[in-house]
Amino acid sequence: MSHQKKLSPGAPAPPANTNRVGLTRADYDGSKTTLCPGCGHNAITGGIIQAAFEAGLEPHRVAKLSGIGCSSKTPAYFLGRSHGFNAVHGRMPSIATGVHLANRELLLIGVSGDGDTASIGLGQFCHLVRRNVPVVYIVENNGVYGLTKGQFSATADVGSTMKSGQINDLMPIDLCAIAIELGCGFVARSFSGDQKQLRPLLKAAFAHRGTAVLDVISPCVTFADHEGSTKSYAAVKEHDSPLHEIDFVPYYEDIHVDYEPGTTREVQMPDGSHIVLKKLAQDYDPTSRDRASEVLHEARRESKLITGLLYVDEAKPPFTDELKLGPAALAKLPLERVRPERAVLDAIMEQLRTGKGIAAASGGG
Amino acid sequence: MKSVVNDFSIHVATVNGSGSQTANSVLLRAIFQMGIPVSGKNLFPSNIAGLPTWFTIRVSRDGYVARRKQSEILVVMNPETAADDIAAMPPGSVIILNEQIQVGSIPGDRIVYRVPMPKLMEAITTDVRLRRLVVNMIYVGVLAEKLGIHEDEIERALDAQLGRKPKALALNHAAVRAGWEYARTNLPKSDPFTLERMNANQGKILIEGNTAGALGAMFGGVTVVTWYPITPSSSLVESLIGYLEKHRRDAKSGEATYAVVQAEDEIAAIGMVLGAGWAGARAMTSTSGPGISLMAEFAGYGYYAEIPAVIWDIQRIGPSTGLPTRTSQADISFVHQLSHGDTRHPVLLPSSARDCYDFGMQAFDLAERLQAPVFVLSDLDLAMNLWTSEPFPYPDQPWDRGKVLSDEQLEKLPKFERYRDSDGDGIPYRTLPGTKDSKGTYFTRGSGHDEAARYTESPEVYQRVMERLARKMATARNLVPPPVITEDAGAKIGLIAFGSTHWAMVEARDQLRAAGLPSGYLLLKALPFNDDLKRFAKDYERLYVVEQNRDGQMADLVRLELGDLATRVRSVRHFDGMPIDARAVSEPILALEGKTAAKAAPVAEGAAR
Repeated sequence: MSHQKKLSPGAPAPPANTNRVGLTRADYDGSKTTLCPGCGHNAITGGIIQAAFEAGLEPHRVAKLSGIGCSSKTPAYFLGRSHGFNAVHGRMPSIATGVHLANRELLLIGVSGDGDTASIGLGQFCHLVRRNVPVVYIVENNGVYGLTKGQFSATADVGSTMKSGQINDLMPIDLCAIAIELGCGFVARSFSGDQKQLRPLLKAAFAHRGTAVLDVISPCVTFADHEGSTKSYAAVKEHDSPLHEIDFVPYYEDIHVDYEPGTTREVQMPDGSHIVLKKLAQDYDPTSRDRASEVLHEARRESKLITGLLYVDEAKPPFTDELKLGPAALAKLPLERVRPERAVLDAIMEQLRTGKGIAAASGGG
Repeated sequence: MKSVVNDFSIHVATVNGSGSQTANSVLLRAIFQMGIPVSGKNLFPSNIAGLPTWFTIRVSRDGYVARRKQSEILVVMNPETAADDIAAMPPGSVIILNEQIQVGSIPGDRIVYRVPMPKLMEAITTDVRLRRLVVNMIYVGVLAEKLGIHEDEIERALDAQLGRKPKALALNHAAVRAGWEYARTNLPKSDPFTLERMNANQGKILIEGNTAGALGAMFGGVTVVTWYPITPSSSLVESLIGYLEKHRRDAKSGEATYAVVQAEDEIAAIGMVLGAGWAGARAMTSTSGPGISLMAEFAGYGYYAEIPAVIWDIQRIGPSTGLPTRTSQADISFVHQLSHGDTRHPVLLPSSARDCYDFGMQAFDLAERLQAPVFVLSDLDLAMNLWTSEPFPYPDQPWDRGKVLSDEQLEKLPKFERYRDSDGDGIPYRTLPGTKDSKGTYFTRGSGHDEAARYTESPEVYQRVMERLARKMATARNLVPPPVITEDAGAKIGLIAFGSTHWAMVEARDQLRAAGLPSGYLLLKALPFNDDLKRFAKDYERLYVVEQNRDGQMADLVRLELGDLATRVRSVRHFDGMPIDARAVSEPILALEGKTAAKAAPVAEGAAR
């Protein structure tokens, strides 16, 4: 397939190695990674840089957020021209919510891990999704606590082993299943080793209006890449079972698909972009919430790793709509918009003087 | 019998959820309208309906508004507590008894007004549920008639409360009337207590501290409010929501200039505030002790990463759940140092409704100026009881958004370093996300960082940053509201207090004077202390720090601050969950000073005082 760029007449052609906002790929780099060589997280970092470059994100309109853990260090390694916020353990969702309320013009990219999201931060994760706060929420999922040297996390599969041989007996928490249950409007699962799938998913997530959850299996080369780990490179490659091939066509490009008619599905995003899904073994409908849950149950039963766009619902209103916020960032409102005038205070004082028009005292009684 | 004019307390014992709140508010407001200094203390259980609740109305021609332990008039509406309530009343006191309630014999030197309340209600409505709710208005009528509250005043107060519900208004009015008539016809006046008009309340308002705090926040330009429901904090946010809905939403488009989020817990509430503050909003949350405990980790983050935030702590009493509906000042040292590892926060200490309003605004200015979480420490007594106040003035200053660099300012700078102290006051410059100039970009972290916000574990850099944060706190000493000092001539003792304790201090100092003990008084308005404290301490041989907690937390902080003057500090503590009364201040001080109190006049002779 191919896309044709829509060029406005008379506009000078951008230099060859720059994107539509005139930046090079290097402009999306961050500082050098300090993670282990071969870590899946580094590949995801590369994917984010490439996707941001290709999508032409303006770095100053992006805020990067994370919690605590190996994965949460990564926002320092991409988009060095964006503000970043490395929060406390498991609490990135509340920070993201606050940032969004203050400045809804920002695109929020949150990076978390399985420990950060599925254990200490599970509550905040659920409530972020429930509110549909617009955040691209990437979980770099390796089933272990890397930074504290290899303890199981809550996403470790039953029967998966630690390096020491210890077996995990507890049921894993499936973050995609939870997100779908909570009505998340964009739920995807991917693999750090499959950039072809990850990049279009990221770009689609950038265009989504609410919470977008991307659970990306990302092997830990130091503590979970051994035989017996279900999240090793070998295990993931063996069990990876993509639902479809994915392409993302941004709003500023014409959609022109070479696939045979009837072999694809398209999902239109609110900004006019399209996700194009090429059918593989089955015709998977990502707009069916029931089907998405079913697929995850099947995958668990059959020990398969289902990847792709699991569920999408572009009609779900984001949190800002629920709150009826105006278009301007709250942080930028001038004093006269947020301090009511003198007459308002005078009227309130009059109510408090006469007791008229105020509610009765609170408390018991 | 000499009459006792405008100087007594009425103690109403009812059942929670029985509708007595309206009756008590009407009574209090009617007295307020008569121009008499009046205050109310609501003593309620942690319960929705069924448990005992008390409401005390104090009238004081001298203007005292602190709680008094002893009441002169009791209204008995709760069979469960009737025996104990009656036993607590002294000779010469008045007992208004709902006749339906069976009580043992009452000593003959108590004046008892028996009122057949159920029977009076029968004539008013056939609805049994309404009878139960409206019956409280009968005692309002009886009290009004016996004490001399003009019926017009009751009507006005009733109208203010229920004017928008004509049916309820009529019903309540009928009940007041029935009580009034019954008292006039059947209960000859045999007590000395009367109310006479004064002119103490001209132009004044009646307001709860939480409502005042909410108004401060709104006029301070709050844009993000997050909260998790908890007593006694909830009414601050609920009142704020009410005002914001009305005054900060565009009538036509419905668009709001604020966001309120009921968070999943207090950790999320403060997280949202930090996120919003980092991105440039004026953000606040309000909670109480248990919520403060949960916020500890993020509070330290805000301190170390230097993010503005406003956090109200409406103190209740006790470790753990404690007594959720009782008051205290027991969070002070915890809040001041909330979080691990050398953390310190500015803490504002409102002592009046007016302070709640002022600090509600000022806290934002300070948080943005200092780039730090700022705590406002109120308490249940201040927050949830009604206080008389002069009306609040409209702010005469614009806001202070602190050191935030715009794109234009950044452009002129050769470089930007987020945590560089270029002004020598310990306060660096910040940029907000969304800033175009990539020079202004930085990565915020709670881990070790250098002046350029880069990750580091360098011992020298860590120490340097922490020393700068201490410098910033030193700057805060002269930015937070200063203490208020009043001094008696010839005083050898200095008193120090803060928050709602102030009102007992005012009265206690009069009691001390009456016993021949003049005093100086320093009312603290904030932490960290400024130099006024040391100057004040030097002038007095002994310093009494009065507070509402077990361990004398403020006394300890004062000792630490005073260094070699610390031996002058003595501690007076009150911590049973009831608002502190003046005697709890004056008696221990008189004892420690080797003096005896001027004898309190017995009730029946009260008028002679």
